[in-house]
Amino acid sequence: HLSGKGFPVLHGYFRSSCSWRVRIGKSSFALKGIEYDQVAVNLIKDGGQQLAVIQYIDETRPGPRLLPADPKARAQVRMISDLIASGIQPLQNLAVLQKIGAEKLLWAQHFINRGFQALEPILKQTAGKYCVGNEISMADICLAPQVYNAERFKVDVGQYPTIKRLNETLVEIEAFKLSHPSHQPDTPTDLQA
Amino acid sequence: MATETKPVLHGYFRSSCSWRVRIAFALKGIEYDQVAVNLIKDGGQQLTEQYKTLNPMQQVPAVEIDGITLSQSLAVIQYIDETRPGPRLLPADPKARAQVRMISDLIASGIQPLQNLAVLQKIGAEKLLWAQHFINRGFQALEPILKQTAGKYCVGNEISMADICLAPQVYNAERFKVDVGQYPTIKRLNETLVEIEAFKLSHPSHQPDTPTDLQA
Repeated sequence: HLSGKGFPVLHGYFRSSCSWRVRIGKSSFALKGIEYDQVAVNLIKDGGQQLAVIQYIDETRPGPRLLPADPKARAQVRMISDLIASGIQPLQNLAVLQKIGAEKLLWAQHFINRGFQALEPILKQTAGKYCVGNEISMADICLAPQVYNAERFKVDVGQYPTIKRLNETLVEIEAFKLSHPSHQPDTPTDLQA
Repeated sequence: MATETKPVLHGYFRSSCSWRVRIAFALKGIEYDQVAVNLIKDGGQQLTEQYKTLNPMQQVPAVEIDGITLSQSLAVIQYIDETRPGPRLLPADPKARAQVRMISDLIASGIQPLQNLAVLQKIGAEKLLWAQHFINRGFQALEPILKQTAGKYCVGNEISMADICLAPQVYNAERFKVDVGQYPTIKRLNETLVEIEAFKLSHPSHQPDTPTDLQA
């Protein structure tokens, strides 16, 4: 919704990789110079709906494409994004881990590893400088937060050299740095960069 | 355009994700070949090294089309929509299109992955309660959204990817003994969808790999 100033208002729990994903999406954020007002609220819903927002922004705002023009490359971007947003993230989000209880670390590691084991050979085929070819896309926007989560759950990302290499490139990009969970207004002071 | 080989869908009759792709092909009038991947037999045919080369996630569906192999049903459906003529599977209007994706993602990311085979196998004895919990949670979120967006179909009055996702998820809900009557909009929409030819043709009870005792 729009705040009184007319800027898109983004609800986000500072550590949710879903909200982070939106924060680094094109038009509302650093890449496009459209300002945003960030309202920190506790996470109520989770799931992959943020991809709908990212594609909406891409389709309605000018600037660098977040999905390629070529339909096959675009399908690969969606496939990689969905693998993460449907195949990994929902299995290690807060609601599920709370239900799992004591075994949550092993559970999260299992599903992240399973997803990364699948993603690594796919990315070996599709990646250039970024996940799909040499342009940043929605796939990269999905990858970086998932690697952040993997590290939080003590998954050894070194086992996945393509994922590791891509993430190292992504975290150096200004828009990804600015949107990192440690830089958000609602980040507790002891976790700020 | 040169003659193309038919797309090949690797799927399972009862996989809701495979059913989504079958519906999309049917709505577009696209002929395709099916290769059955039995998720139960032989410990699960999706776990073979051969299938892993098609889909490293070891899940169905995987689709061979136009010289590439795609997994993730929504990526496949949107590729089909963007490259084949026929009725649109996503609306032209960007806001309506975003609503279609939001509803589709709510189902495809927020519900189905929490009740798919691999997860239920890991949950073990409590699997029915687990599946019911996450389906109910998802439908509780979906019902008010659909109340706002739905006309005759999930978003307005044109069939879309959202409807393609909804009907198979309702089928799953019924398999897990969720009372869909609690969600009147979902119920109403599903009742419309199951009467549509493309949804009927692609139904789990009518597939080449449907066991005889489950055929309609």
